[in-house]
Amino acid sequence: MTAANLTSVAQAEQGTSLWKDAWRRLRKNRLALFGLAVLTAFILIALLTPWLAPYAYDAQNLDLGASPPSAEHWLGTDIFGRDLLTQIMYGGRISLAVGFVATAVALVIGVTWGAVAGYVGGRVDAVMMRLVDILYALPFMIFIVLLMVVFGRNLLLLFLAIGAVEWLTMARIMRGQVQSLRQQEFVEAAVSLGLSPATIVRRHLVPNALGPIIVYTTLTIPSVMLLEAFLSFLGLGVQPPATSWGLLISYGAETMEEYPWLLIFPGAALTLTLFALNFLGDGLRDALDVRGSGD
Amino acid sequence: MQNYARVVTCCLLSALLLACSAGESNVAQGNRDGILHFGNGSEPQGLDPHVVTGVPESKIIDALFEGLTRKNPWTLEPEPGAAASWEFSEDRRVITFHMQPEGRWSNGDPVTAHDFVWSWRRALDPAMGNLYAYMLYPVKNAEAYATGKIDDPELLGVRALDDMTLEVTLNAPTPYFLQLMDHYSSFAVHRETVERFGKATDRFTRWTRVGNIVSNGPFQLKDWELNRRIVVERNPHYWDNDTVRLNGIVFYPTENAVSEERMFRVNQLHYTGDVPLNKIPAYRSLPNTPFVEAPYLGTYFYLLNTERPPLDDVRVRKALSLAVDREAITRNVLYGSNNPAYAITPPGTLGYQPPQLFSYDPAEARRLLAEAGYPDGDGWPGLELIYNTSESHRKIAVALQQMWKDVLNIKVTLSNQEWKVYLDSVSEMNFQVARRGWIGDYVDPNNFLDLYITEGGNNNTGIADPVYDDLILQRAPRAATQEERFALFHEAETRLMEQMPIIPIYTYASKHLVHPSVKGLPANLMDFINVKYIYLEDVPLTEFELE
Amino acid sequence: MWRFVVGRLLQAIPVILAVITVTFFLVRIAPGGPFDSEKAVIPEVKAALEAQYRLDLPLGQQYLAYLGDLAQGELGPSFKYPGRSVNELIAAGLPATAELGAYALLVAVVLGGLAGVVASLKPNSAQDYIPMSVAMIGICMPTFLLGPLLVLLFGIHLEWLPVAGWGDIPGDKILPSLTLGAAYAAYIARLSRAGMLEVMSQDYIRTARAKGLPEWQVVTRHALRGGLIPVVAFLGPAFAGLLAGSFVVETIFQIPGLGRFYVQAAFNRDYTMILGTTVFLSTLIVLFNLLSDILAAWLNPRLRAQYGEA
Repeated sequence: MTAANLTSVAQAEQGTSLWKDAWRRLRKNRLALFGLAVLTAFILIALLTPWLAPYAYDAQNLDLGASPPSAEHWLGTDIFGRDLLTQIMYGGRISLAVGFVATAVALVIGVTWGAVAGYVGGRVDAVMMRLVDILYALPFMIFIVLLMVVFGRNLLLLFLAIGAVEWLTMARIMRGQVQSLRQQEFVEAAVSLGLSPATIVRRHLVPNALGPIIVYTTLTIPSVMLLEAFLSFLGLGVQPPATSWGLLISYGAETMEEYPWLLIFPGAALTLTLFALNFLGDGLRDALDVRGSGD
Repeated sequence: MQNYARVVTCCLLSALLLACSAGESNVAQGNRDGILHFGNGSEPQGLDPHVVTGVPESKIIDALFEGLTRKNPWTLEPEPGAAASWEFSEDRRVITFHMQPEGRWSNGDPVTAHDFVWSWRRALDPAMGNLYAYMLYPVKNAEAYATGKIDDPELLGVRALDDMTLEVTLNAPTPYFLQLMDHYSSFAVHRETVERFGKATDRFTRWTRVGNIVSNGPFQLKDWELNRRIVVERNPHYWDNDTVRLNGIVFYPTENAVSEERMFRVNQLHYTGDVPLNKIPAYRSLPNTPFVEAPYLGTYFYLLNTERPPLDDVRVRKALSLAVDREAITRNVLYGSNNPAYAITPPGTLGYQPPQLFSYDPAEARRLLAEAGYPDGDGWPGLELIYNTSESHRKIAVALQQMWKDVLNIKVTLSNQEWKVYLDSVSEMNFQVARRGWIGDYVDPNNFLDLYITEGGNNNTGIADPVYDDLILQRAPRAATQEERFALFHEAETRLMEQMPIIPIYTYASKHLVHPSVKGLPANLMDFINVKYIYLEDVPLTEFELE
Repeated sequence: MWRFVVGRLLQAIPVILAVITVTFFLVRIAPGGPFDSEKAVIPEVKAALEAQYRLDLPLGQQYLAYLGDLAQGELGPSFKYPGRSVNELIAAGLPATAELGAYALLVAVVLGGLAGVVASLKPNSAQDYIPMSVAMIGICMPTFLLGPLLVLLFGIHLEWLPVAGWGDIPGDKILPSLTLGAAYAAYIARLSRAGMLEVMSQDYIRTARAKGLPEWQVVTRHALRGGLIPVVAFLGPAFAGLLAGSFVVETIFQIPGLGRFYVQAAFNRDYTMILGTTVFLSTLIVLFNLLSDILAAWLNPRLRAQYGEA
């Protein structure tokens, strides 16, 4: 670790470690801290939902039906008379889990794949990127339907399926970044110092390409949540009475003229999460921006 | 940079304003020119009456073609179509149709009895792959011919005595046979046109395209843009052209009922094929409401797989059925537009009333479940319910799931399946509980009751009862009178519901938005439209302000 | 450069062949067949239908026969629409989808690129936060929500624009283009802002500034080129996504496009139609990815030099 730091031309000007330094800078960014706080709060709520939720998530009251926010039901009820706040809390568990896990899957595969392809170049790059092209060109719907049918329906598979789709763009972006970084002096210097390719990719290319990757990650999480909603809507994702924010929004969208609260509150939960992620992502990007740090 | 932004914003805004020069709505234009703008649900598979299946197809084909009879939309009684009159033989097994003397194809050729003989042979030819071939099975030897057991079409019970006389021989007296004569599988197609573009039984020909197709109905095909619209115009050769009042119809493939409703609201459509559930209360409360609903010949129910535990126990099946509060579902989930169902046959089909053996009875349901070995849900092995992906199926399933939990304290998991996966599961009986609907092809209890004969193609529950089979297949067809026949049906249906292989939920209802200017389009049990009688009144256009 | 392009085109052939093969066998494994319907199908009828579509042959033979047809440009007859060939269906659906995709991409690049660049010029100011917040809402607004919202606002309440249709009523193309373009505009705004910030901290920008160039020239002459590389890399897949993902917009606005055909084909198990659209789309996707690679190479002088030498 220290040896690598010493030999890193780009990071030589920094005395402290990259991550410590980044945290120091992140702490100064109020918006990023706000994002972190909101996300932490949401994750905590999601974890504690079974104890916090005011109602059972599947308790219906058909005669009550859809009712606007009231003292008993703070955010109103859906057409089955189920408490919307409870629905949103339980939905958040699924949405956050899908969002983070699937994105993590995509991130790991995509970054590794793109970095290797971009760094090694030549034939390996061609073969690897053609594989990405093939997967891009496959009919996604059929692919998911098949997965669900062959392996049965479960949440883990949903994560994997979504991750398996989302890593492609990640790989392309990473490869583009690495290709342009590879030409830069500090990498050439590292090569001439005789560092192994794996070390160069891990220590120099990945950290320096982090900016766009972090931005894309903060974009991927919400799009994964929406993809989950779309799949569930097609009957390929979570099964009722379980729910997710994406599903709540898609149901809410259908009745937005009649029962606007069914759209507004789940939408607000998703939007808030997204803003939080985004502030955090921006903060992280700035904090990790090694070249900008000298300014 | 900011200047660019300003320029682009200005461009977009002016483009927007330019576009906003409000044109005349379809409805206003249509009312003036006698053109009906019709929301038709989806793009038709095609327009060959012997190839397609489905409701949107039938609406267009009914405008283009005409069978031997055509139903009156108010009474659903057969009226003269391609046949001007008909008479039954003494034993009611032979029907003689006299063709319309002025009957013409849209190219001016006369419509003859030979056209029907040739067309029925085509419809029944196994090479045709006609999914609705069975509609002609009451005709003598039709089933044998359609399944390849005999090869000689001369043996079929349909003959042309001369150009204008068609003789049809049936296997047995069939009270509903005349109704089948306005189903598109019994329609005639123009032989010369079909053969000009390929073999008689070729599915891949271009004979139904604009410019090629020749038809014998009140309208002829004018324009067909895939997934966009189909336009038909008045057929001047039609024998009853004087009765026809519309000059044309534009059919829109409005797949999405929500979009369709919006098109209706801004007067882009006269008629919608469907109404989104949650829009019903708002439309119903409008003065002079365009919302039209009527009972529809169909039943919504759940199949129970009687071959798999715990559903192999009739007490469990009954407990599940008795625990369903159908009134609450129709009132709250379906906004009161459907009636609860307690048997497979919709009430009032030609005066037949199905038995009602049970009603919502939580106490009895709990007792039955306890008797079956699951007191208060103890030891319940779990149950999976499948339904094909759709908003309304989901709503019903979610409500049911909770009723079973509340009343019987049992867990039922829901699993929605994509359409073809669901069809596969149902036909392979790879399910425990499955959502199902059945819409009658013709108004007769037989159309529903013959589903549950042993090993029937649409049985899908594993239920087998020789007595029931005997009632439906042997005794009812031989009944001397309609009363006797209905009594036998009633007995059979009572036996069926005692076995409870299905859980009936509600009777279907047809729901449409119909613009106040549209007349001559009455609601009826078959959701049948006779385009001959429709006309448009030039009423002042109304804005549909919902809430 | 030419060798690079020709080489990539040659590489595309096995890619597309692989896509065909995988798709061909995948759709056959999926449960449910094209002739399954709600009512039981008579076995004799089913056999007759299968024979008409060559489904009675062994799978390997079907595959070879399909490739043979494909070599002659024949995509086969559709299962769902008897009497229509897949070639004809694609030709019918493509114009609307391509037009919609082009407008949407235009909306995305113009609005998104502008917002991103504007935001990047004064980071962490109102000029940054406002366009970026709008972009974020754009991202978390799924098309199945944005479409109806725009329709309710502009179509029903204001009555400025038609609620559905494509080329039927003047102005009916505006809302679908905005709806489809919005999400991509938001992405492009984010990517171009990040790319620009990345570039603005590079040495050559400092050099340019040191030379005393006015800021707008620094941006337009130097920064834009490097800053938009991630955007260009995104465009290839974005266009593919636009084509395949226009399904929702096409359904909401009743547009007679390819997206509806494609998704319906998957649900209907219309084997030839799934394969045909997949072959067609994958060819397009490969081409667009190639195009975006070439553009990225052209924008990046070092890569350009590398490919020029090769």
